[in-house]
This record gives sequence, C-alpha cells and structure tokens, in this order.
Amino acid sequence: MNWLDIVILMLNAMFLFTTPLLITAIGGMFSEKSGVVNIALEGIMIFGSFCSILFISTMQNAFPNINPTLLLVLAIFVAVIAGVILSTLLAFSAVNLKANQVIGGTAINLMAAPIVIFTARMINPNGVRTIQFSNNFNISKVPLLGDIPIIGEIFFQNTTLLTYVSIFIVILAVIIIYKTRFGLRLSSVGEHPGAADSVGINVYKMRWSGVLISGALAGLGGLAFTIASSVSFEGRVDGYGFLALAVMIFGQWKPLRILLASLFFGFMSALAYKYQLIPGLEAFSLSYLIKSLPYVATIVALIMTSKKTRVPKASGTPYDQGSR
Amino acid sequence: MKEMNWFERTIRKILSNRGFLSLLATFIAIIIGLIIGLVIMLIAKPQNAFAGIEYLFGRWLSTATPTRIGTWLHYSTSLIVLGLSVAFAFKTGLFNIGATGQYTVGLFAALYVGMAWTGLGQFQWLVGILIAGLAGAFWGFFPGFFKSRFKVHEVISSIMFNYIGMYLVNFLITNVRNGSGELMLFDSSFGRTFVVPSSSYVPTTFFGIDLRAIFPGSDIDIGFIIAILLALLVFFILYKTKFGFELRACGYNRHAAQYSGVNENRSITLSMIISGALAGIGGGLFILASRAGNVGNIYKTVDVLLPEGFNGISVALLALSHPIGIILAGLFISFIQRGGFFMQTLIKNEIADVIVAFIIYASAISLIFQTRISNWLLKQRTEKKKEPKT
Repeated sequence: MNWLDIVILMLNAMFLFTTPLLITAIGGMFSEKSGVVNIALEGIMIFGSFCSILFISTMQNAFPNINPTLLLVLAIFVAVIAGVILSTLLAFSAVNLKANQVIGGTAINLMAAPIVIFTARMINPNGVRTIQFSNNFNISKVPLLGDIPIIGEIFFQNTTLLTYVSIFIVILAVIIIYKTRFGLRLSSVGEHPGAADSVGINVYKMRWSGVLISGALAGLGGLAFTIASSVSFEGRVDGYGFLALAVMIFGQWKPLRILLASLFFGFMSALAYKYQLIPGLEAFSLSYLIKSLPYVATIVALIMTSKKTRVPKASGTPYDQGSR
Repeated sequence: MKEMNWFERTIRKILSNRGFLSLLATFIAIIIGLIIGLVIMLIAKPQNAFAGIEYLFGRWLSTATPTRIGTWLHYSTSLIVLGLSVAFAFKTGLFNIGATGQYTVGLFAALYVGMAWTGLGQFQWLVGILIAGLAGAFWGFFPGFFKSRFKVHEVISSIMFNYIGMYLVNFLITNVRNGSGELMLFDSSFGRTFVVPSSSYVPTTFFGIDLRAIFPGSDIDIGFIIAILLALLVFFILYKTKFGFELRACGYNRHAAQYSGVNENRSITLSMIISGALAGIGGGLFILASRAGNVGNIYKTVDVLLPEGFNGISVALLALSHPIGIILAGLFISFIQRGGFFMQTLIKNEIADVIVAFIIYASAISLIFQTRISNWLLKQRTEKKKEPKT
C-alpha cells in the first residue's frame, strides 16, 4: 500500500467518525442556543442507537433481501423519534420544573444504558446484551462522482449515506440559526430570556424546541456512531456524546466552526480506531495510548479556546417568568 | 385571619423544617422510582413483576440473612466512598463526573502495591490504599486545576480524564514488566490481571472485633468501617473547619466568597484533589477487599468505564450531598442492587439500575416541589405579619 492509499483510507475513516460527532454537536448547539445545557447527549445517543439498531436487526431478519438504503432511511426516522422521546424528560425537568439542568441530564445518562441493556437482555433469547446486525450500509462508490481521481476517492468512496445527511444538517442549521425567525428567536432566548419574553417570545416553547431538536439529532448521531464503529450494538457510545459537547464548545456554538472542529476530532478518532493502517504504529502495546488521543485532544482544545468563549449567556440557567 | 389550631400549627412547623422537607422529597422520589420500575417489570415480565418488587424490598434477605447482610454492607462500601467523593466536590459547586476515572486510577495503584510491594507485611493493604488515594488525588487535580486556571468546565474535562485514565491503566497493566522482562500484572491467557495475592487484602478484624464472626460466610471486611469513618471525617471537614466553610461558601456563591477573602481558585483545586483522593481510596478498598473466592480482586482490561463512579453520583444526588445522608443512600442503593442480583432468575438485574436512575430523576424534580412548598409557607407567613396593620 503506498502512502496516498493510506491517506485516502484515513480520510475515509475520518469522515465516518466525523459524522456522529457533527450531527450530535449540532444538536447540542440547538439546545444550548435556547439556554438548556444538554449533558444528556450521551444517553440520548445510546437510546437512539439502540432503537434504530434493534429496528435494523429485526428488519434484516424479517426481510433478508431488503434494500440497505431504504432500511437506513427508515432507521434514521426511528433514531430521530427515539431521541425526541428521551429528550422530553430533559425538557420537562429543565424547562417546566426548572430543575438543575446538569443533574436532570445526568439522570437521563444514568438511565439510558441500563434501560437499553435490560431491554436487549429481555429480548435476546440467550440473555446477552449485544444486538447483531449486518453492516451493509457502506457505499463503496458513488456513481460518476466516485470516478474523479483522488477527490472522488476521498469524498465519494467508502462512505455512508449518513455522512451526506450530516452535511445537509449543517447547511440546514446555518440557515435556521441565522436566516429564519425561529432561529433568531431561539438564540435570543438563550442570550436573554427576560428580554425575549418581554417582546412576546414564548421562552418555554422555544426551549422545548431546542431540546427536542437536540434529542432528534443526538438519536441520529447514536445510529451514526454504531454504524461507523461496529457490527453490533453493545449498549455504549464510548463517550461520543460528551466529545460532541466538547466539539460544540470548540466550535464556539457556530455551525460552520462546529463542522471544522468535528473534522479535527473525527481525525483523532480515525487514528484511535484505524491506527493499524499507518506503518510503524501497528505495535499492540501502544494501542491503548492511541485510543486515548481524542480525549487528550479535547482537553488541549478546551484549554486553548477557554479564554474567548462565546457561550450563550443564559445557558444553564432555568427561566422563571415570575423573577423577570 | 382565623386562629390556627395546634394541629395545623404543628403540621406547618414540620413542613417548614428544611431537613424534613428534604427527607420527604427523597422519599417521594424513591416511591416514584419504584412505581416506574414496577410498571417496566409489568410490561417486560408480568408474571414475575410483583415477586420482583418483593425481592427488591428485602425478600432476598429472608434466607442466609447474616451472610447476605454482611455482603450487602461490603458492596455499599465503594458506593459510600464514591458518594462522598462526588458530594465533596458538589459542596464546592463542582460536579465531579470523573469519579470513575479517579477510582480506576486508584484501583490500579492499589493493585500494583498489592502485587509488587510484598515486603511490607501486614501494612501492605494500608500502604496500598494510601497510594490509591494519592493516585486518585493526582487524577482529580487536573480537572480542578484546569477549571481554576483556564476556566475549562470540570464536567467535560473530568469525563475526558475518565477515558484517559482508563486507557492509561490498560496500557500500564499490559506493559509493566518485572526484572526478567515478563509481564508482571497482566495474565494474557485470560485478558485480565493476575489475582491480587491475599496477603495484601484488607483485614476483617477491627480492634479485636471479628466482622466475619458477626456475619459468617460474607464478604465483609473493615473497608465498610473505613467508609463510615471517612463519612464522619468529611462531615467534620465540611461543617466544623474554616477550610470546609470556605469550600461551602464557594459552592453557595463564589463571587460573594471571593469578595469576603476566600481564594476561589485554591478552593476549587483542593476540592477536586480531595474528591479524587476519596474516589481513589474507593478503588483501593475494592481491589484489595477480602472476598470469598477472590471475586473482584482482578481488573479486566476492557475498554469500558467502571460503573462505580456513576453509582457514586447517584448516591450523592440522592443524599443531597450530606455526608451522613450518603451512608444511608449508599446502603439503600446497594440494597436495591443486591436485590437485583438475587432476583436474576425472575427478571434481569439491570432493572435495579433502571429504578435507581428514575429515583435520581425524580429527586432532581422533587427539589422543585420542595422549594415551592417552602416558598408557599414563606408567603403565608409574610401575609400573616402584614395582616394586623390593615
């Protein structure tokens, strides 16, 4: 294998791992823009991943010849709905009951893993927690575009539909946040809910929307993670929900910067999972240190960006109309 | 306003007591969690659901009672110590979600001492646990320092240190070699560490009192007593010393604390160091515990965070971070988990964790009802004061 092939393979892997981080981080951004810290992204990813992978596995058993693209599109809907359902718990506690957002989110993280493992063990006849599926969602080559030399190999070979969905989500997020009435109102609620309320914006409704959008995207991010990393669901997403939060902070709550930040972290993850491809790094003994790269990179990135943070000002504070 | 009778007055008096309100809120949260658990069991396996609830409520204690009580106390040890770790940081306004990483690092340190420093004789376990505390403190230092120096949010950084710690421990276990170049800790044929030799285990007699005589056949050792003593120590530090007062002042209102001369950055870093030390001690007490059949005196190098640190969060939240409440909360959550363990034939034991998670969610919400009740009472009182003037 020459070095160009290795670079292309690493870039393919990078896009694969960028996808879940990007989708989930954009979700986290919507929630924080509305003023709710969504630390439950990890738990929502687990739940979304579980529901959609269970759906895929069931459908693959029932209809062995089902078209993979159609199945993936259906699974996307399942993941989104699952994410929305779990995020209602956060919205209810954080918006209506004005509970501590971090504690409410932590409770959701605590319940997600046992719920899915419990369900998986009750469903599986032998009581194991793993859900197997055949991971045939890899698009080996996009017609026409995949034939372009180098660029085609990087962007249009060995990819999945979800990568393109994630790019679409970023474009949509840019339009929604900066160009629509809804997006501007959402941002205003996260910056100064009292002022927003005084001009007639329903703060509670806006925050509910922010949290539910983040739930939908985190659920989808969970599906993307499992498809990127494995051929079975094991009841965990390896802290990618928290990495997505870091991506969001590193991206300064701006969709395009989040895209860049997620590419950086996606590359770190690609190194962590596919380092064997690089000559000289195959040695077994180093593997654990390389696997910790994305997490070390997060710390470094956060230290670098901490001085000039652009966090939405009201993020993390419950809004009480009575204390306006 | 009409005169209140004594009954109404007493009820009001009890309701306005903060401690009582917290207890009531926690009690309601537990009931909500158990009801949700019952509903889930009814959906999953209707024929076993009520038997399952009976088991969780203590039917598992009806046979082999002393043994099972002892083992229950043993398993609540790490929950109490980790609950203390999380609560200590909470009191300074910090959320140490990294307790599981500090626990893992401490566990590794104790494991190393238990395997390598055999010359220490009967003090080996004590040195192991102290080194475990130091290792945990070292691991808790980083999120605290990054928070105070660079304003990096401790939730994100301590989660990252969970993963870094886990991978670092796995790396060290699979690479530490002895003088003749053989792997010292890692048993590659099983994919886990060797069993820690029993000479370094935590003793079972405490000043002449043989705990195994009281709870024969159980896994109890003096780790449980150490956990209780640590809870008392944390209570003393937080509520009876100037240092603890400063930490709590930072937790209530750090601007006000800083204004009155508390060094906030120092408090944050020290709080995380102590929190980490407690978590590390928890890891040491777990790996060096003397259990029947050496269950748990090994560490598996799988890439999964240990669940104990997250249980510690549950304990701290349920106890509202009060050190004495943590003993009770740790015992309670351990009680539910042991119940789950013994009813596995009826229903899968993850249901215990599901119930605990819903209890935590309900208690996060119930704090709101608590403030509403006290606000309502406050309003009543001020209205009553105003009344004679009109």
